[in-house]
Amino acid sequence: MKNTFIGASIERREDLRFLRGRGIYVDDLTVPGLLYAVILRSSVAHGRLKSVDTSAALKIPGVHAVITAKDMNFTDYPAGVPIVPMRLQPLPEFKPFEQPVIAYDKVRYVGEPIAVVLASSVAVGEDALEHIAVEIEDLPPVATWRAAQKNESILFEPTGTNRSLMFEARKGDADTAFRDAPYTRRENLRTGRHYGLTMEPRGVMAEWDAAKNKLTVSGAAKVPFFNRRILAKQIGLAESDIEMIENDVGGGYGARGEFYPEDFLIPFAAKHINRPVKWIEDRRENLMAMNHARETEADLEIACNRDGTIIGVRGDVHTDMGAYMRTNGAVGARNAPQFMTGPYRVPHHKVDSHLWMTNKTPVGTYRGPGRFEGCFYMERLLDMVAADLGIDRVEMRRRNLISKAEHPYKLATAQPTNAHDQTDSGDYHATLDLCLKEFGWSEKSKLGGKLVGGKYHGVGVACFIEGGAAGPKESARLEINRDSTITVFMGTSSVGQGVETIYAQIAADALEVPIERIRHVYHGSTNTVSDGYGAYHSRSVVMGGSAVLVATEKFMATLRQAAGKRLGCAESSVTLDVDKVVAGGFSLPLGEFAGLTAESAFLNHKHTYSYGSHATHITVDAKLGHIEILDYLVVQDVGRAINPLTLRGQVIGSLVQGLGGAVLEDLKYDEQAQFLTGTLADYLLPLASDFPNLRCIVTDDHPSPINPLGAKGAGEGGIVAAGGCMANAVANALQSFGVQPRALPLSPTYIWELVQAGQQKAAE
Amino acid sequence: MKMPPFEYACPTSLSEAVKLLASHDGEAKALAGGQSLLPMMAFRVAQPTLLVDLRKLSGLGEIKISADGVRLGALVRWRDIEDDDRLDAAHPLLKAAIAHVAHYQIRNRGTVGGSIAHADPAAEMPGIAVACDAEIAVMGKAGARIIKAADFFLGALTTALQPDEIITEVRLPAWPASRRSGFQEFARRRGDFAMAGAALFYDLDKSGKASNAHVGVIGVGDRPRRLKPVEAVLNGSAIDEATIAKAAAAASAAVEPQEDIHASAAYRRSLTGTMVERALKSAAG
Ligand SMILES: Cc1cc2nc3c(=O)[nH]c(=O)nc-3n(C[C@H](O)[C@H](O)[C@H](O)COP(=O)(O)OP(=O)(O)OC[C@H]3O[C@@H](n4cnc5c(N)ncnc54)[C@H](O)[C@@H]3O)c2cc1C
Repeated sequence: MKNTFIGASIERREDLRFLRGRGIYVDDLTVPGLLYAVILRSSVAHGRLKSVDTSAALKIPGVHAVITAKDMNFTDYPAGVPIVPMRLQPLPEFKPFEQPVIAYDKVRYVGEPIAVVLASSVAVGEDALEHIAVEIEDLPPVATWRAAQKNESILFEPTGTNRSLMFEARKGDADTAFRDAPYTRRENLRTGRHYGLTMEPRGVMAEWDAAKNKLTVSGAAKVPFFNRRILAKQIGLAESDIEMIENDVGGGYGARGEFYPEDFLIPFAAKHINRPVKWIEDRRENLMAMNHARETEADLEIACNRDGTIIGVRGDVHTDMGAYMRTNGAVGARNAPQFMTGPYRVPHHKVDSHLWMTNKTPVGTYRGPGRFEGCFYMERLLDMVAADLGIDRVEMRRRNLISKAEHPYKLATAQPTNAHDQTDSGDYHATLDLCLKEFGWSEKSKLGGKLVGGKYHGVGVACFIEGGAAGPKESARLEINRDSTITVFMGTSSVGQGVETIYAQIAADALEVPIERIRHVYHGSTNTVSDGYGAYHSRSVVMGGSAVLVATEKFMATLRQAAGKRLGCAESSVTLDVDKVVAGGFSLPLGEFAGLTAESAFLNHKHTYSYGSHATHITVDAKLGHIEILDYLVVQDVGRAINPLTLRGQVIGSLVQGLGGAVLEDLKYDEQAQFLTGTLADYLLPLASDFPNLRCIVTDDHPSPINPLGAKGAGEGGIVAAGGCMANAVANALQSFGVQPRALPLSPTYIWELVQAGQQKAAE
Repeated sequence: MKMPPFEYACPTSLSEAVKLLASHDGEAKALAGGQSLLPMMAFRVAQPTLLVDLRKLSGLGEIKISADGVRLGALVRWRDIEDDDRLDAAHPLLKAAIAHVAHYQIRNRGTVGGSIAHADPAAEMPGIAVACDAEIAVMGKAGARIIKAADFFLGALTTALQPDEIITEVRLPAWPASRRSGFQEFARRRGDFAMAGAALFYDLDKSGKASNAHVGVIGVGDRPRRLKPVEAVLNGSAIDEATIAKAAAAASAAVEPQEDIHASAAYRRSLTGTMVERALKSAAG
């Protein structure tokens, strides 16, 4: 039988349980004797922690313990308090800026954990919070990167600086190229502070079995194997003493599943009190404790020839890192300068990226980290340059897109991590052309700038690439069950992408069995395979899917060997027929080989680059500063689409998130670094009714040469270009006012101010 | 975000409810739809020691329409107003305004009395009450009294209501069939509280000039208010382009909005003018 599950729009096998309300999330778990943890968080942005008096809280009925830094005495750490190490770019320079699991000498952001109450219910725990007396000596808060830059108030005094690092993105010789360039333009561009808001906030349940010396941690997500390594080292256990269990996970977006202070505090609490402990983050905590992202200001210059071909980019990107360097906190600040050039040919590139520590919630990755920001800079620059040089916006892009023949095209290198990267394959021009054609650009663009029914029409276009498939490896294991079904075990995780369906498709095709034979796909827990890497950098399909492929090869080889021996036939004659093993006229139920298992890993150090174009048609009510989207189309080529249905979900979902960042979302602080957006009435997520007219087309015309599936990571294509595309459309709509948006989000106030400024200028 | 401890009572008569409200040193609170109070309790911004659930009080859930006007019982929900076809003629301004309140689920629970008592500066119902010179009927320990909407709202989330008083009814004066009205508001997402809104009406005399103009605004300042200077522009004038432009400018000049995370003060000031302008256009249209 020849299968074609790959490429088929198969409905997600996960959906049945989710739609019936039968998903099991960490908060659905309970065990006898469970205590609930509630965390006291700093209400002060910057200060010296003088004392924490828990005595009154301990008197409240139902309160079992209150944990503070004083309860920790881990001799591996100078202050006895474990530190959360960086997972990505763990440079020695970052060490002094890493976060302790609980505040002990200073507090550095509103929301930093100070104490953990263990109580018989969450309500009682929250009652107790009001009875903990915390004495903090205020220090001057650092609320912006500009304040950080002054180095007057320093977050980590021994370092003497608020800048944890400077990345240098380099290619060619930008300074020489700029000296000789016939045209340059310099712009200041800003992106707002967002975060990857997960529908399900974080949660951890920890059970300590003292007799067996075994710690079980539920609520794992994204990178359980890595997190187990961190926890084992922090808490002084062997890795094999700890089991991390992944339950259903309601969204990841880069933020959920990284190692946070709570990922130590809850297991520690369970061990400390010798009872199971559960902590579920509430929405306010989620807003102030989960990684923030995106807040940058860039001062960039672009040099071009008169025909619009880009000579180079140079300048500085400043990222507001928040108070600590978290596990993946440096990724965005590295990606923004390194990958801002996106799909465009830029021979000379020199951008410095400054990582400023401020008294805000620390940052981490959020879907398309640094790429959303970088794409916004680049796409804005291209439109402004095109206008200056009198070149059509689309033509400007065509002249600069990397051509099919240029792959692999080398992107800028980032130091000090020596991060080299290059594209893999594709026809960027073809995707742009398809996008414009399907969008109806030639007709719609005629409306640009026109006032119709009180609203200005505008169209925007933007192109992107999306990096995926982070190495170094991923593992998969197949095992035969007594009932002649096959179980697939994965080292990657599910954060809601539908990987159970996708891995089943790949395995069923490779084994040439009906997809129902792949009865279960297990992932994300540390008991599935010997080592796993997880779900990030759009890697699950490419890395995990390829691991399934190589594991099926090993599986078949192992099965052939075993069956050949049993049946006395040549190994090469053994085949799999639905639920039977067949060879030389003999046949045995597959279940006869129950327990036969094969694990294999796929190794890879290169990245995939899916790519595409966005086009949007909007109206702007200039008096309200309100944007309405009439049409939005994303075309993305993904190398090979395993499941077009779930893929489209990824594109549209990420587009909605991108539009949220482009138009609505902004995490705000006042000048005292007090957090102002602690509810969803303040942090404006897109509602179901906000962006109704979104479309996408996914193609797979150009397989990636770097993996056996030919697939490319595709979770971020909708988000990366959304900010740039929308801002370009606003500029097009409001051209009669000379409006050029230079910041996101495109809030009503901001757009109105731009229109006002334009009117004033015209009047002068 | 769990609520602090509190007691709960669900009385069946108004007098019992008043007695309960009076019993906790001002720390008891009425509970209607719960859509404002319960979130505040979850955030521990409100910590009442007793909740007096009004849901079993009879007679407070009706919409009565007569020659005197529209009477909204305190427990009338947004959904009831939306579904009542009689209001299209009896009070089109009310109907237009309430269409903007919150989202489906919240409209099924939120009540007229709760909104008036909560007194959010951007809420639609208080705006309508002020714009229309409504009377608010309340019952307390000292008996029943009527408070004029103009005297009711004292500031953001602050009203003339005593802790033991329950709103029983909101009375909107009769609405002549020929009256012109308009409602406009703008929020960043549909269903959010408005950054500014205008609720207005006027009557036309025989010569086609406006009289009896009432112009109310929400979301600018600490409470809903009428803009007398704008009303002065309208009264005695034909509602044409020139008058509308003058009225819009007067509206922007008459308000002192605050800046918050969603909008600057200057933007709100301009938006107020735009809302008045558009409400007038739809009224005149
Ligand atoms: C997401 C969201 C969006 C919203 N958007 C809007 C919006 O756009 N516009 C808008 O107007 N509202 C909005 N609301 C608020 C909503 O309309 C509330 O329902 C309303 O403000 C309060 O009515 P309630 O019946 O829920 O009152 P409750 O929450 O039960 O009570 C509110 C207050 O009123 C008091 N109270 C209630 N009834 C009486 C009474 N009869 N006598 C005396 N005191 C009483 C209570 O003690 C409490 O102090 C929104 C709410 C949410 C959650």
